[in-house]
Amino acid sequence: MNGRIIAAAALAIGILAPFTGIYTVFLMKALCFALFACAFNLLLGFAGLLSFGHAAFFGLAAYVTAHGVKEWGLTPELGILAGTAVAAVLGLGFGGLAIRRQGIYFAMITLALSQMVYFFCLQAPFTHGEDGIQAVPRGYLFGFIDLMQPMNMYYTVLAIFVFGFAVIHRAVHSPFGQVLKAIRDNEQRAISLGYRTERYKLAAFVLSAALAGMAGSTKALVFQLASLTDAHWHASGEVVLMTLLGGMGTIAGPAVGAFLVVAIQNYLAESGAWVTIIQGVIFIIVVLSFRRGILGEVVGFVAKRKATPAAKPLEPRPASAITGE
Amino acid sequence: MDDDIILETSGLTKEFKGFFAVHSVALRVRRGDIHALIGPNGAGKTTCFNLLTKFLAPTEGTIHYKGRDITRANPADIARMGLVRSFQISAVFPNLTALENVRVALQRKLGNSFQFWRSERSLLGLHERAEELLDSVGLADFRDVPAGELAYGRKRALEIATTLALDPEMLLLDEPMAGMAHGDVDRVAQLIRRVSANRTILMVEHNLSVVADLSDRITVLQRGEVLAEGTYAEISSNPEVIEAYMGSGHD
Repeated sequence: MNGRIIAAAALAIGILAPFTGIYTVFLMKALCFALFACAFNLLLGFAGLLSFGHAAFFGLAAYVTAHGVKEWGLTPELGILAGTAVAAVLGLGFGGLAIRRQGIYFAMITLALSQMVYFFCLQAPFTHGEDGIQAVPRGYLFGFIDLMQPMNMYYTVLAIFVFGFAVIHRAVHSPFGQVLKAIRDNEQRAISLGYRTERYKLAAFVLSAALAGMAGSTKALVFQLASLTDAHWHASGEVVLMTLLGGMGTIAGPAVGAFLVVAIQNYLAESGAWVTIIQGVIFIIVVLSFRRGILGEVVGFVAKRKATPAAKPLEPRPASAITGE
Repeated sequence: MDDDIILETSGLTKEFKGFFAVHSVALRVRRGDIHALIGPNGAGKTTCFNLLTKFLAPTEGTIHYKGRDITRANPADIARMGLVRSFQISAVFPNLTALENVRVALQRKLGNSFQFWRSERSLLGLHERAEELLDSVGLADFRDVPAGELAYGRKRALEIATTLALDPEMLLLDEPMAGMAHGDVDRVAQLIRRVSANRTILMVEHNLSVVADLSDRITVLQRGEVLAEGTYAEISSNPEVIEAYMGSGHD
């Protein structure tokens, strides 16, 4: 029940935020990355799979949407759907190849595949190489909502985020999510109960890729730009950072982490190279002292006070669980 | 006669780079028996067990379960055929509650396990059965406790409840008593006996008094090969077995 109140409060903040004078482009960027991180965490936090190639979905979907909207005249909703669909198909390919390996090997395969996507984005004619696809029209949502109006764009992004977040929330709390958590906790045991675990991991991978793509597509409309930055492995690393900062295995933690990272990048932008150093220091502090991430620690603290063990967040897993023996 | 054999291996062999961990093992488990697999350390018990449960692929030989060749089946499939294993280290899902542990086993037969759009509430119908199972292993009071926080003996009990949720025809138990305190051993032994009522059990176990107490038949392995097979009385009077396994010090 508490969760509902917090969710309602968060939604209210989301609705009211533009009236506080906070720059809406910052909010929209943060929401896009928040969705990206939550989608990534569906895989890391709930299926126990560390993908190091999620930028491929985020970046390629952005290109597809930008190209579709600009060159083919797609409406914004169709552009986003197209980007999401392409990311899902790409996820099926990536997942199909990577899912058979565990731990570090899984991470390396996803990284290698995403590098291939990066070079595709660099070389393919429609992406315009280093320039990216610029001046992407935002268009009219459903034919009549003018997205050039900042408020319209903002609430569209908020709605997309809420939708994506709701999908993840439901997936985690579904029969499918139960099996996924069981696989994360003990895959061998899940197999011995008769589950063909690779299929579940693949389904989670595709879902995660599709939502990461939706985030990338949305970002392309917000910035009216699709560029190599979003497909670069830096973006893959950043999403890991956001997720760990916020708390993997908590549904909303990655969103908190994303807001934090985007805020640091935005508001400390004038300090130049210091941004990465500050980010690095914060990351080290969090990993060393609150291993469950910011939200993970908060949830853990509340659960301890109420002593309701069911609300307990994930214990950090031993290194062997990440690296796969 | 052959109808009575639920699990049968012939010429079962596992070679690791020239070393035969299991060599030409012919094992026949009768339906309804509690069958124990024993042997000194390094006799190939665990390898044999992993071959039977398909977690390892045999180098040679065949495995038949209920007359079907399962030599090349995968581990999830044999579980679906009613041949379910336990693990030596207690295999629970530590971040799921005791109830969820059992429920996830019950859930598969519901056939909605890929439905990521349905609410968890669609699983409420399984709670009654899950609670019954928890109750049967004495865990009724722990239903909402994450399995990772349970004491060792209770984890094992939970694992058994989870396994029983599948209503398996045959159970493969990998050292069910390993690392257990004395009081727990008796409790779990009783549980195994109760569970065996209309099932077949094959277990690897070190604790000889448990083996003597529970087993209908015993197969003794030594250096990857079958040394002897029979009832406890036959086995314990077999001079080769005494020599190889029990040692002169055993009573």
